[in-house]
Amino acid sequence: MESSLKALGFDGVHRVRVGKYLELILVASSRENAASLVEDMAGRLLSNPVIENYNYTLQEVET
Amino acid sequence: MKFGVIVFPGSNCDLDAYHLVRDVLNERVEYVGYDRRLLGYYDVLILPGGFSYGDYLRSGAIAARTPVMEAVADFADRGGLVLGICNGFQALTEAGLLPGALCRNGSLQFRCRQVYVRVDNNSLPFTTLAAEGEVLRMPVAHGDGSYYAPPELLQELDRNGQVVFRYADQDGRTNTEANPNGSIDNIAGVSNRSGNVIGLMPHPERAGEIALGSEDGLVIFKSLIGHFQNREVVEDV
Repeated sequence: MESSLKALGFDGVHRVRVGKYLELILVASSRENAASLVEDMAGRLLSNPVIENYNYTLQEVET
Repeated sequence: MKFGVIVFPGSNCDLDAYHLVRDVLNERVEYVGYDRRLLGYYDVLILPGGFSYGDYLRSGAIAARTPVMEAVADFADRGGLVLGICNGFQALTEAGLLPGALCRNGSLQFRCRQVYVRVDNNSLPFTTLAAEGEVLRMPVAHGDGSYYAPPELLQELDRNGQVVFRYADQDGRTNTEANPNGSIDNIAGVSNRSGNVIGLMPHPERAGEIALGSEDGLVIFKSLIGHFQNREVVEDV
């Protein structure tokens, strides 16, 4: 990808890396509850702590 | 003795493992479905290669959270012997039954070819019939086979003899050329702390007949069979 970007003329590009972006809708009783559920899911399935870090943002949506 | 071959949706070396045990080794073998919560009686469980659940999220990640894996974990806790091959190895690391993780190959390309692996621990029930440092020829076929463990874990694995197989050349020398996927320290297979669960990326079940190009994989299965024969003799006395 880096060489492809450079071939397109983006000379200043370095350290290109690909990550994962996951989006989900969660029913939770509060923001704190949502955060704790997300961390539980991230720890038990969504990320592998041996090789991955994660961070997340919460956004309220109408159901 | 009896083998069980775990079958996940997307497993594709389950038939190879079953065939080897039944037709080449003449031992009893049964398939065990991913939705089973209780196992019958098995001496050895094999988690076969393949692309369970399409390798969605991470290779082996979804398989590691299926009902049968809880039964496999109980079986392993009680000292049962578990052999994970390729995707089965990935699932065992994802389930926390084996240390470390398997990442995308260093080349970023799928690797399908014959490799040589060196036996670095021949004191496990899986390897007793191999000589220490014996070199085995087996195929690999994977995209996510680059073994990784953080430095402190790597030292611990070395100290405990948990590195069972390393990619090497035909003469047993580990080097970059012999390493098909960029695995750290040329690691091709590891065991858990107590040595009853192992996983490896190469396919011993596809190296069990001359017609397939190698019989070197048999040493693993014959070691297991020998392990149970010896045990039966002891029990008879």
